[in-house]
Amino acid sequence: MAYAAGVDVGSTQTKAIVVDERGAIAGRALIDTGANVVVAAETAYVQALADARIQEEEVGYVVGTGYGRYRVTFGNTQVTEISCHGRGAVHLFPGTRTVVDMGGQDTKAIRIGPTGEIVDFCMNDKCAAGTGRFLGAVASALDIPLQDLGVIALQSDKPVKITTTCTVFAESEVLSWLGRGKKVEDILLGIHRSMVSRSVGLMRRVGIEQEVTFTGGVTRNVGMVRELNEALGFDVNVSDEAHFMGAIGAALFARDHIVGNREISDFRVQNSDLKARNL
Amino acid sequence: MTPDHPEAIVGRGVTAGAALFRSWFDRLTAAAHSNHPTAYVFVMGSLAELLRVFDFELSFPEINSLQTAVRRVAHEYLNQAEDYGYSPDICGYVKADVAVQLRKGAHPMGTLPPPSLAVATNACNTYVKWAEIWERFYHVPVFTLDVPGTRRAGGQTWPGDVDFAADCKYVAAQIQELIGLCEHVTDKRFDIDRLREVLAHANAMSASWRRVIALNRHEPAVFGALTDGTVYLGVANGFRGTVEGRRYFEELVEEMEHKAARGLGTIDAERHRLVFVGVPCYPIFRRFNEMFSEWGGVFVNSTYLWFASGGADLGFEYDLARPLESLAEGVLISVRHAMDSMFHQDRAIGEILEPFHVDGVVYHPIKSCRTVSTGLADSRRALMARTDIPSLFIESDMMDKRVVSEAQLKNRIDAFFEGLESRSASLRA
Repeated sequence: MAYAAGVDVGSTQTKAIVVDERGAIAGRALIDTGANVVVAAETAYVQALADARIQEEEVGYVVGTGYGRYRVTFGNTQVTEISCHGRGAVHLFPGTRTVVDMGGQDTKAIRIGPTGEIVDFCMNDKCAAGTGRFLGAVASALDIPLQDLGVIALQSDKPVKITTTCTVFAESEVLSWLGRGKKVEDILLGIHRSMVSRSVGLMRRVGIEQEVTFTGGVTRNVGMVRELNEALGFDVNVSDEAHFMGAIGAALFARDHIVGNREISDFRVQNSDLKARNL
Repeated sequence: MTPDHPEAIVGRGVTAGAALFRSWFDRLTAAAHSNHPTAYVFVMGSLAELLRVFDFELSFPEINSLQTAVRRVAHEYLNQAEDYGYSPDICGYVKADVAVQLRKGAHPMGTLPPPSLAVATNACNTYVKWAEIWERFYHVPVFTLDVPGTRRAGGQTWPGDVDFAADCKYVAAQIQELIGLCEHVTDKRFDIDRLREVLAHANAMSASWRRVIALNRHEPAVFGALTDGTVYLGVANGFRGTVEGRRYFEELVEEMEHKAARGLGTIDAERHRLVFVGVPCYPIFRRFNEMFSEWGGVFVNSTYLWFASGGADLGFEYDLARPLESLAEGVLISVRHAMDSMFHQDRAIGEILEPFHVDGVVYHPIKSCRTVSTGLADSRRALMARTDIPSLFIESDMMDKRVVSEAQLKNRIDAFFEGLESRSASLRA
C-alpha cells in the first residue's frame, strides 16, 4: 500500500493528513502552529505518520498548503489552500459548488465548477474581521473557552447588533454591551451573525450555488453552522473532517502523484532558472 | 539591425529605451539649471505635439513619481508629503510629486525643473487638483483641456456624426486658447509648419506602437506587456513627436517582427497568456511579474498600454493638410479612448481575447487611484457574464508599499494558476 500526505500550515494551527492510495484517511494530526512553522510542519507530519502507523519511507509524495506551505521543507510541492479546500470539499461532498472556509485569520469563498475546478474565489483582505481570530478576541474578552462560544450563543433569542468590523475593537464593543447589561448569549449570537454576514457577503461576490460546503476550524462552532444555514436559507454540508479540509485536499493532490493522475502541474520555473529574453 | 549578428537585435528595445529615458532626464536636469521653459503634462492628453512647437521640455510627473517606486524610494517621498499634510488616501503619484517639489526637484534620476506651464485634461479628476498644487507653489498658468468623453458604453461619436463635429469644434477652440497661452509663456510665435513636422513623427510613432501591440498576438508573445511595455510607454510619452521617438519605434517594430518570425518569445516557456487591467504594482515591480512568469504566465496585452499611452494605441493618424483641426480630432479620439480604457474596458477586453489567444485576465485595482479602480469589480463581472475567461482580482498599489502584501498577492496568484492548470488539464482530458 502506498501513501500520500498533506500538511496545512495555517496561521493558528497546523494540520496533517495521511491518505492511502485509495484516498482513504489513514492518519491525522492537529497542533498549534506557534512561532516556528518549520517545526510545526514537521511535528504535525510525524504525528500523522504515527497515527497512521506507517513509516516516513512509505509516503510517496507530500504536498504543503496554507500560508506556511513553502516552509514544509520535506514536501514535494506546494498547492494553495484555496485549491486544497476546494478539492477536499468536492471529495467529501461531490455535489459541492461553493465552499466557505472560515479559518484562523482568513475567510474564503470558493466557487467550484462542474468538473471540480476552481472557477472563482474571494478572500478577506487587510482585515481579519469575520475570521476565527475574531472569535478568539471575543472569547478572550468574555473569558469563555473558544469551544463554548457557539453553544452559549444558541441560547439567545435576542441578539445584539454588533457594528464593529474590527477584530481588535470587538473587545471594547463586547465590554460596552456587557456594561449595558446585555446577556452574554445575546452578545455572542450578535457576534456570530456579524461574522456570518461578512462571510455571506464574500460568498455573494463569487456567486452562491448549491451545494455549499462549510470548511475550516470554525465549523466546530455549532452556533456558526446554524447561523450560516439560516442566512443562506438552506443547510450547508459540514463534515467531521472539516477542520482538516485543507490538509485533506493537499493529501489528495499528493495522491494524484502516486497513482499517476497529476492534476496540478509541477511546472514552476524557478527564479534562478528564468531566462526572460529581454530582461 | 546588424546583418552579421541578427541576435543582437533582441532586447534592443529595452536597452535603447532605457538609454533614451536616461537622456530625457539628463535634459530635464539641464533644464532645471538653465531655467529652460518646461511644461508639466500628463500621459492622458499631454498635448506634446503642440508643446514641442514651442520647444518646451516636457516633464511627466506621473512618470517621475512611478520612478521613485521602481527605484524603491517612494516611501520617503510619500512620508514627506504626508508629514506636510496630505492624507494617506491621496493618490501616491501626487504625493510623491509634492515631495519632489518640496525637495526643489531632487529626484532619483536627476533634478526636475519647475513648471513654466501645466497642461491637464479631464481624463483623470486628480489631474486638475494636482495641477492646482503647482499653481499654488509656482504661480504658473494651468490649462485644463476639457475633452468630451463617451456618454454611454458603446456610444462613442465618430467622424460623420453631428455630435463628433461639435465635440471637435469644442476641443479645437480650447487648443487655440492653449496656443495663445504658449505664445505668451515662451514669447515665441506658433509655427504651423513645425506642428506638421511634429505630427508626422507622432503619426509614425502611433502606427508603430499599434503594430508592436498587434505583434503580441503571436505565440509566443514577443514582449511582456507589463515589464517591457512600461519601457516602451516611457519613450512613447517622453519622446512623442520627436525624431528619436520615431526612430525608436521603427526599430522596435523591426525587433518584434524579427522575434515573431523566429518564434522568439519574451519568456522561455510560455504557458498562460494573460491580459493585465490597471496600473502595475511598481513597489515590487520585478517580483510582481515574476509571480506570474514563474508559472509560465506572460502578459500579452494590458489596458495600461492603452490609457498610459494617451490612447496612442489606436494609431490615430493626423492629417497634415489640416494640422490644427486634425490635432483636435486626434486629441478627442485618443484621450476619449484612454478614458474608455479605464471605465468601459470590458468590451475592449472581450474583443482581444480571441486574437491574442488569452487564457486569463488579471484585474489590479490600486488603493491610490479611485479613477482607475472604481468599478473594476463590476467591469470584471460584466466580462464574466459575457465570456467564460478565467480572471483574477488582486489589490495593491502602484506606489505605496504599505498596502502591498506580497504574501497575499502570491497566494491569490498561485491559486489562479492552479485553476488555469486544472482547467487546461480538463480540456485536454
